[in-house]
Amino acid sequence: MGAPAQPVLQSVPLGWYLALGLFTFITGAVGVVVRRNPVVVFMCIELMLNSVNLTFLAFARYSPTVVPGMANDPQTWMTGQMMVIFVMAVAAAEVAVGLGIIMAIFRLRNEVDVDDMSALRG
Amino acid sequence: MNLPVTGEQLTFMALAGIAALMAVGVVVLNNPVRSAMCLVVNFFFLAFIYFTLNAQLLGISQILVYTGAIMVLFLFVVMLLNLGGKQIFKERRDFKPILGMVVGVSLFGMISSQLILPMLKVDQIRADNAYGAPQSIGKTLFTNYVWPFEIASVLLLVGIVGSILLAKRRV
Repeated sequence: MGAPAQPVLQSVPLGWYLALGLFTFITGAVGVVVRRNPVVVFMCIELMLNSVNLTFLAFARYSPTVVPGMANDPQTWMTGQMMVIFVMAVAAAEVAVGLGIIMAIFRLRNEVDVDDMSALRG
Repeated sequence: MNLPVTGEQLTFMALAGIAALMAVGVVVLNNPVRSAMCLVVNFFFLAFIYFTLNAQLLGISQILVYTGAIMVLFLFVVMLLNLGGKQIFKERRDFKPILGMVVGVSLFGMISSQLILPMLKVDQIRADNAYGAPQSIGKTLFTNYVWPFEIASVLLLVGIVGSILLAKRRV
């Protein structure tokens, strides 16, 4: 299956990757709550999505999904990576629509402050 | 040589440390352009961490999609809204940053003590070395995951049309 790739960083345990993912996720979550600039809030959402991607990849490498009856099937290694691909696609669509909404709100009200936006209709 | 940490672990620590520092920078820095730059560096080092996980294709697409496309979109919006100029938000000096830090640290301690400490002993790699190669990803994507792939393409199309509708002054 493919070109033989050398395994790298073999002595790093799974928990380190998970710790980095958890740290990034919590940083993003705190940023979403604390910051008032909607663009920075979107950046924090991106941070959270990326930390989830990192967690998916780490689990995919260290403990692949065990599907009963097909433990050695290569497909079970790929589940995490497939999830990461779809998360990337959804994140791209989400950022495009979200930044469009921010632009529309800015055009309507001439200021964008998350704390002051409470109406759903303009 | 019987060091407490190996060179590989030091490499991971360097990459992860810079990524974590930049993640903090996104939240802490006041200027949105600086936050965006921190986010670019964070995505780059996250891509290198993907490489160390043998997920080469996803690392490359991380650089292309996130630092290439999404960050350009962010910087365009910052430029159009002129948020980086005179209108830099005055973040209110109130209890929120301190409360956020306390909540973050306690959440990190809680989750890591319950979930990550048992995982520290897991260091056996079970996946095949070539599991991140383009061949295996393409094969899986177009056989087992072909319907989610098609649905994702429809979602992207809807996103494009929706963002054009939102951004146009009048339809």
